[in-house]
Amino acid sequence: MLLITCPHCGPRAELEFSYGGEAHIARPIDPTGLDDEAWATFLYKRSNPKGVHAERWRHLHGCGRFFNVLRDTISDTIVTTYPAGQPRPALPSDGKENAR
Amino acid sequence: MPDLAIRENSLGRLASAARTIPAAMLTVLPDAAKLLFRGRPSSIDAAGKAFGIALPMEACRFATSGNRTAYWLGPDEWLLQAVGEDSAALFAGLAAALAGHSQSLVDVSHRSDAFALSGPQAAYILNHGCPLDLSLQTFPVGMCTRTIFGKATIMLSRPAPEVFHIDAWRSFAPYVWQLLDEARSELA
Repeated sequence: MLLITCPHCGPRAELEFSYGGEAHIARPIDPTGLDDEAWATFLYKRSNPKGVHAERWRHLHGCGRFFNVLRDTISDTIVTTYPAGQPRPALPSDGKENAR
Repeated sequence: MPDLAIRENSLGRLASAARTIPAAMLTVLPDAAKLLFRGRPSSIDAAGKAFGIALPMEACRFATSGNRTAYWLGPDEWLLQAVGEDSAALFAGLAAALAGHSQSLVDVSHRSDAFALSGPQAAYILNHGCPLDLSLQTFPVGMCTRTIFGKATIMLSRPAPEVFHIDAWRSFAPYVWQLLDEARSELA
């Protein structure tokens, strides 16, 4: 089981969390101004990286807040967590050192 | 029209047949008025003053004064509980004090029932369905949190080293109670 550090409550078991998809995808300010291609990109296109992935998690059975997690998709290592609304933290090696 | 203010505790029948196991006792807690408060930082002081307890700002802590307790549930969310008080009167008083503030106040008195698990083996029994580290270092007296027990969300708080209060939604409360009761069978 993953141990995920909620930025508000501290380390908790994965059971308490729900996954919320890729982070830092901003909804277009004027959706009606987009063509189908751009709208489809917002809705469906995701980066799906092999390596460190910024994603949203919600502390559903806890404080109930969304926050962001940098997780390595190869090793499932959680590199860091940070509150929603903050920019993705820069990592010296972009997390590769943390990958096991 | 049915009187919605009259309610039966969902644990009443289970509690009357509860076994006495001193190492881990299960007891129903008296009904309480419970209000869920969420608000912008500017409204937090006003809510604390109206309730009579400064709302705890440290994560996962509760503050008690007399029969009233304020539980931290999230960065902008608190549960205000008053044992034995009328929720409508409490709600009216707080709502009046918070008028003009950006906040939300919801009466959730009837949503959940609470019971206590107490005794030297209380933490051990809780860990049968809850993965939290319940040692006094990581879950000290005065800590509260929403967490998961088995398949149900509960609000867990620790008012004393060997006492845990569990607040579960009505429809889940008998499940949580019975799961704990089964776990403590090994101590009977």
